[in-house]
Amino acid sequence: MKQTFAVSTYLALKEIWRNRGRFLLVSLVIALITLLVLFIAALGEGLGNGNREYIAKLDGELLVYQAKADFLIAASRLDTARVNEVRQVAGVADAGMIGTASATLILDGDADPLKVALLGVEPGRVGEPPVIEGRQLSADDADEVIIDRNTAIRTNLAVGDTLTLRVTQGTEDAFFTLTIVGISDGRQYSLQPAIFAPFLTWDRVRPQSAAELNFADATANVIAVRLVDPNAVEAMRQEIVAQVDKVEVATLKEAIQALPGYSAQQSTLNTQGGFTLFIGILVIGGFFQIQILQKVSQIGVLKAIGTSNPIVAWAAVIQIVVITAVGVAIGGLLTFLFSLFFPPTVPIVFNGTTSAIALVALLLIGPAGGLVSIRYAVRIEPLKALGLNS
Amino acid sequence: MNDTKHTPYALETRAVVKKYQADAGTIFAVNDVSLQVAAGEFVALVGPSGSGKTTMLSMLAALLKPSSGQILLDGEDLAGMSDAERVVMRREKIGFTFQANNLVPYLSAVENVELMLRLNGRLDKAGKLRARELLARLGLGERLNNLPGQMSGGQQQRVAIARALIHNPSLVLADEPTASLDTERAYQVVETFAGLIHEWQRAGIMVTHDLRMCEYVDRVLQMQDGKLVQIYTDRDEIMKLAKGGKD
Repeated sequence: MKQTFAVSTYLALKEIWRNRGRFLLVSLVIALITLLVLFIAALGEGLGNGNREYIAKLDGELLVYQAKADFLIAASRLDTARVNEVRQVAGVADAGMIGTASATLILDGDADPLKVALLGVEPGRVGEPPVIEGRQLSADDADEVIIDRNTAIRTNLAVGDTLTLRVTQGTEDAFFTLTIVGISDGRQYSLQPAIFAPFLTWDRVRPQSAAELNFADATANVIAVRLVDPNAVEAMRQEIVAQVDKVEVATLKEAIQALPGYSAQQSTLNTQGGFTLFIGILVIGGFFQIQILQKVSQIGVLKAIGTSNPIVAWAAVIQIVVITAVGVAIGGLLTFLFSLFFPPTVPIVFNGTTSAIALVALLLIGPAGGLVSIRYAVRIEPLKALGLNS
Repeated sequence: MNDTKHTPYALETRAVVKKYQADAGTIFAVNDVSLQVAAGEFVALVGPSGSGKTTMLSMLAALLKPSSGQILLDGEDLAGMSDAERVVMRREKIGFTFQANNLVPYLSAVENVELMLRLNGRLDKAGKLRARELLARLGLGERLNNLPGQMSGGQQQRVAIARALIHNPSLVLADEPTASLDTERAYQVVETFAGLIHEWQRAGIMVTHDLRMCEYVDRVLQMQDGKLVQIYTDRDEIMKLAKGGKD
């Protein structure tokens, strides 16, 4: 076996080296496929992340929605009394109201206004993001906010700065100036950088219709729940539904899947990635098949002088693996270089796990594509290949 | 049937038959051919197209199994061997040169010759030296690192001869080794081939259309319609045949 592998490796590498131009071209094609697959994966991750980041990082296990809201956060309305009921359910460690809205951040100078997700959270409760700089929110009605890292990067705002929000209330534009007290890690929501305001402040500064302006009680969209036992998700979900009127409860995973467009977006990008890999298989398979067809007499000679089928097959496998690996390495490097020049507005995130899965898939498409050609090489009859069967 | 273990020859075939089924009935490509070749003997296998010499060569090269009969190489019957066993025989005990496209195009001259030693797990320092010496002896000392595409047809054939001999096989086969060469080169190649067969005491068989090349062989076996019809052993008769030119 060792001897077989040694001869196969020798033949495979010699052929690659002596025809390096041709093999490099194939590697470059694989590199381009790699670039495409990694970018699609990164785009999927970036878009998905932009949609789910805040929910996914919540320090809790469940989200409580208004009954029949079908887990749509924007369609759910929960009054403040409801959160107290949730907190009183045995097994609930903490619960916090979350309100969602959009606002426009007015920036100094000529900078374009920035659309942001304006989220209302209760200071010290589930839902308030931990800061990585500055301090947490102090009181439910304080004129202060935490901004996420994305907002900070795109606006250059820092702790201690003030920011101005423009929202529409009634039919008029309203402007609110709030002080930044902390910066959290990335917590995008609905593909927008996020600003977190104390719940009552949020209720005051959020966009509102004329009817809402005259409505005194604040309403949240959902309630985030942290459990005493994080493993008792199913039981607690039923418990909350049983004890609190007119609510439905989702796990964070279900909540993410229910985000508008999230599933469709992810399945579209996954399909694109899958098709690209499939095209890769066809391209590599086609190349190696053509190459084997061109080498029939050469393989015939090798077999006639006593080269065994395992040597021929292994040589083909080693070639395919080397060419694919070189292509994937070049593609990975190109992807890395390109990613350095992408503006932060492009939602591209190179997640280690996703990229690793894509790279492994790319490394496997070579042998998968080359299987037919390997089978063909093994079946070459030296007699026919050398024209001795006439 | 004779005892397979005892033969004084490097190669002996006994009543070898190769037949095919065709629409018109059974075709005997090789029909009851018995021959012997001793170590150090160089034999030409001649005959018109369709006489069965290529089929015979394919069976001697362990590329094709006979329908019946025995092919004894160093006393081992190729006819009774599995495919894997025949691959081993081709690698260890047979050297083969073909009409054209003999060499592995991405290996240099010396690498092509060393390949046989590599396949047999015998590529050591001495083997490498021997490959270089053999090529130098064949006039290719300056071409060791040339790829086949950088060499003439005659040079390529000489590399193929070196490859066929380097691993000390019992039997060396050549299929129309001069087919793609001009007359002068053809004589040179066959003369060199014959010289090495005699010197290294190998059994050599050359299939050729070109009877002029018989000048260098010890015996001529003539086939027709699948049968061995004539054997020339007398030196004068062989030379007369050779002077007659192509068949």
